[in-house]
Amino acid sequence: MKTVRYWSVRNARWLHWFYEALEKLLVLLHPVLVKIGYRRLDRPFAAVEKVVKGFLFDSKSCGQCTLGSTGLACPMNCPKTLRNGPCGGVRGDGGCEVKPDMTCVWVTAWEGSQRIGQPESTIQVIQPPLDSRLNGTSAWLREVRKKLGIAEP
Amino acid sequence: MMFDDEPIAGENLPILPGHVSPGRFERVLRAGQFAVTAEIAPPDSADPVEVYERAQMFDGYVDAINATDGSGANCHMSSVGMCALLTRRGYSMIMQISCRDKNRIAIQGDVLGASAMGVSNILCLTGDGVQSGDHPEAKPVFDMDCMTSLSMLRGMRDEGKFLSGRKISSPPQVFLGAAANPFAPPFDYRPMRLAKKVAAGAQFVQTQYCFDIERLENYMAQVRDMGLHQKVFILPGVGPLASAKSAEWIRNNVAGVHIPDAVIKRLAGAEDQKQEGVNICIEMVEQIREMAGVSGVHLMAYKQEHRIAEIVEKTRVLGDRIPWHPNR
Repeated sequence: MKTVRYWSVRNARWLHWFYEALEKLLVLLHPVLVKIGYRRLDRPFAAVEKVVKGFLFDSKSCGQCTLGSTGLACPMNCPKTLRNGPCGGVRGDGGCEVKPDMTCVWVTAWEGSQRIGQPESTIQVIQPPLDSRLNGTSAWLREVRKKLGIAEP
Repeated sequence: MMFDDEPIAGENLPILPGHVSPGRFERVLRAGQFAVTAEIAPPDSADPVEVYERAQMFDGYVDAINATDGSGANCHMSSVGMCALLTRRGYSMIMQISCRDKNRIAIQGDVLGASAMGVSNILCLTGDGVQSGDHPEAKPVFDMDCMTSLSMLRGMRDEGKFLSGRKISSPPQVFLGAAANPFAPPFDYRPMRLAKKVAAGAQFVQTQYCFDIERLENYMAQVRDMGLHQKVFILPGVGPLASAKSAEWIRNNVAGVHIPDAVIKRLAGAEDQKQEGVNICIEMVEQIREMAGVSGVHLMAYKQEHRIAEIVEKTRVLGDRIPWHPNR
């Protein structure tokens, strides 16, 4: 679904706004979420995220979303799953080293982040290595807890 | 060249104030000398003599030798193995670690082992994709990337801790390096990427092959504007092309190597293409030496290693300095 993925990056500005609004809403809903229980909510949330983010961004459901700092280009589509920027193998035309027909995820991300006018500091944040245990869990709920400074069980 | 405080020739040196490693490569750079590094091709063999013979070609011409880690995703003797053999002879090694084949557990173990054997320099790489090598069916690892492995190694060295937080009783004292490719898109992001690597822990960088001096100039201008040349030692990569045909092949098949048409045309028009390739390389080195903010050159002369002596002698980049080697 490369077409939708590229569309999302082209429309990064308002999608990003929508994304942030959703996050704020979820933060507001925290008391309700707590009542139901984050653990119990994880699976349905992850299922929704899989469909929504999968459709819009070709998300790979790693559970540790960085879309906010990559101009809405999911870095997990990089064949090397690079989350900290492009490798040295990017072709002259911006094509991926591994899959020449695909534009490098980070070329797209760089353009996307420029388009939403993201400060350059966002893309410069060093993303920690992935925790493979979190694969398939809800990144949204994790983000809400992170925002509120609540430790995960 | 020998340092006054060298206990036994080739053994690790005392760590000077402000230095992180007991190696001579860091000393040469921090003393402000123009450094030369070269890449050694690991053999497809279990014979140590082949390794020694290959290293010997560089004797007296290079400050440190890069032991590649399955470069181009092809299977060869491991970088740990190369370093184990060559540090025993006193060579100053730069051990390359590619994230393609090892996860965080393997990388950290290799770093401790390498440091224990006397490796003072480690270069963190993402690594070529498996599709480019002789085992395209292999499972790529990429548990880490160059950025996270740099910060992981810095944590091991400076905080004495594994990534897990567990304590290391005697931390690895290593000078940390990274690769840079100023010749691949997105060009305006590349200097920022270098800044990110410096923030992650890179103390020196070696670049991809430079055949386009103008593009390197542009990159270096941005790098100097950002003040990065004061935070990291930059060694642009250069090497001789064997012929117009091989240049064409490299351009089409080796990801990340940019060769302008003018270079290929010049090679094609030359009577002795091999010599012309060396001449081009010599010119590159001469121009790079004059560039502000550059600390040395990194020579990659795959299958033309014997040419390195000629390149260093003709360019006189080392001045009167003869880097230490076991046979002097």
